[in-house]
Amino acid sequence: MSIIVDEGTKLAVSGLTGREGSFHGLRNKAYGTDLVAGVTPGKGGQDVEGTPVFDTIKEAVTEAGANTSMIFVPARFAAPAIDEAIESGVETVIAITEGIPVLDMLSTYWKAKEAGVRLIGPNCPGVLSPGKANVGIIPAQFFDPGPIGVVSKSGTLTYQIGNELKQAGTGNSSIVGIGGDPIVGSDFIDILKLYEADPDTELIVMVGEIGGDAEERAAEFIAAEVSKPVVAYIAGFTAPPGKQMGHAGAIISGSSGTAQAKKDALEAKGVRVGESPTETAAIAAEMLRSL
Amino acid sequence: MDLLEYQGKQLFAKHGLAVPSGEVADTVDDAVAAAEKIGYPCAIKAQVLIGGRGKAGGIKIAQNAEEAREYADAILGMDIVGPHGEGPFRVDQVWIEGGSEIAEEYYASVILDRGEKKLLAMVSAKGGMDIEAVAAEDPDALVKRHIDPSGFDAAAARAIVADASLAEDALDEAAEALVKLAEVAREEDATLIEVNPLIVTAGREVVALDSKVTIDGNSLFRHQDLAEIADTVDDPQEQMAEEKGLTYVKLDGNVGILANGAGLCMSTLDVVAQAGGAPANFLDAGGGSKAEAIVNALEVIKSDAKVSAILFNIFGGITRCDEIANGIVTASKQIDLGMPLVVRLDGTNSEEGLKILAEANLPNLHQEKTMLDAARRVVELAGSAA
Repeated sequence: MSIIVDEGTKLAVSGLTGREGSFHGLRNKAYGTDLVAGVTPGKGGQDVEGTPVFDTIKEAVTEAGANTSMIFVPARFAAPAIDEAIESGVETVIAITEGIPVLDMLSTYWKAKEAGVRLIGPNCPGVLSPGKANVGIIPAQFFDPGPIGVVSKSGTLTYQIGNELKQAGTGNSSIVGIGGDPIVGSDFIDILKLYEADPDTELIVMVGEIGGDAEERAAEFIAAEVSKPVVAYIAGFTAPPGKQMGHAGAIISGSSGTAQAKKDALEAKGVRVGESPTETAAIAAEMLRSL
Repeated sequence: MDLLEYQGKQLFAKHGLAVPSGEVADTVDDAVAAAEKIGYPCAIKAQVLIGGRGKAGGIKIAQNAEEAREYADAILGMDIVGPHGEGPFRVDQVWIEGGSEIAEEYYASVILDRGEKKLLAMVSAKGGMDIEAVAAEDPDALVKRHIDPSGFDAAAARAIVADASLAEDALDEAAEALVKLAEVAREEDATLIEVNPLIVTAGREVVALDSKVTIDGNSLFRHQDLAEIADTVDDPQEQMAEEKGLTYVKLDGNVGILANGAGLCMSTLDVVAQAGGAPANFLDAGGGSKAEAIVNALEVIKSDAKVSAILFNIFGGITRCDEIANGIVTASKQIDLGMPLVVRLDGTNSEEGLKILAEANLPNLHQEKTMLDAARRVVELAGSAA
């Protein structure tokens, strides 16, 4: 098994006719993901290299059987596109788009919750289940199938750690990029829950960064609900307060949201925290051997 | 994006929340002229993006033109350091406003609660002081309530201000002020609005005497007026980076840093610090592999006179390392760095990339295989921070 995406994923890509959407959508298809539809209002009836395009996500669901929606729509139009996906009947919405106004996401978040739809992102690299399906922009070549579940706020940092895990001879059940925005559809806890229940996941690597308190909340949850070993990495120890470090959510507000506070919270609950991506991968590989 | 006090107050006024009238000035003469117009007593307030201005001597009450001149002269050009060591922030502007007769000082704020995914209203009868200290000492003195996503009306606001034990005769007006703060949050895309103090005047009018407002940078496409404020960045490197469309944050050290991806870039800063170095900046090159993007990034980093060596940390995913290597080679022909450049290329096509760099045989370019080795090398080459 794996989580969120797998052989059963039937993917509809909103924005498939755009440059980024077609590049990544077709890459996902080449990986083996079952790409069933593209969605662009006004372009229904066209196709992108054989994949039919519909005007609405709902049509992609009823006509092509889509169960997963990926959003590659420009930021100012993205929240309505996510809302449309939430109401379309898909089970999962993965929003890649960066730069969506946070208050738009606030209402979209609750729409997804009320509809019981799993929302990943926005501002995330997507989800990869090695050997099964790839939905998003994660470069699959750094990840082999294996027993480690990864959940991360950052893209390239995850590729770095994944590559080191691969060199250590291990691999991943799934890699989930939850995104670097202040409000994301799924937090660490939502994904930790899925990995805890996934029989193929033996160990979890969690990659956090400054801003908010998702890591602190995850630490409490791990202590109470997660039986599998968790290794963490936190980026941003040298980040100054009040400065946004690339990701919209990566900001220390006053004295809250620091890397040190997150590390302390995790270690207080017995979670090992690596000093660098390299050390984090090494700890994970070592712990896996001793399981 | 944070607003200065007076910019926040202008936003409040736009939404019908009472604020003292005033004028902004960037010279002593203009400040005195504004004070003369407004009358005495008047407040002369340093306009910087940090709290603790009063303690730092950045807020004074002038009783006459002489004092206005004296205080404006002292405050303009002053450097203010924040309570958590932020800054220093140079005072380029002062805000002059009429003195208020304060009967009560309260605290009110509306912030985005990231954990609960809701707007959170906070009100306290103990305003005018550090609210974190108030909350730590007497948690019950700070009333916190989430704002119902479906709506926030005067009745809901009144329940909050009543729970905070504000003066009975000020409850209706305070509730109205809170509703307006929530409206500012929603309509102006503010993720933080703090009014400390929210005062009741001797005439029992509720007035916002201060403002701290953070606007969501992602929303600026729908706020023309706020987008114009965002264009005025003080720091020369940050200004240059913004013009070139780069994500850059200036730090204090001497090791210039360029990495791809926000997380990897933050991690690179940390690893450099662990190796004993002091990062000069955060710069996320994103997916930019073209020579032009690399030249732009190097120009911004280099324009910081403190920088004595640069680390280029790339993990190629979709971006291919051979393209990046070609970009570095082309860039090195267009720009004379005059300092060591340490390059670490890993990920997609890294072998080809490393070969391209080796063949180009660029002077002062050092290759390292791992992030940790690259960090150690650049720290060694940068020498001690001035």
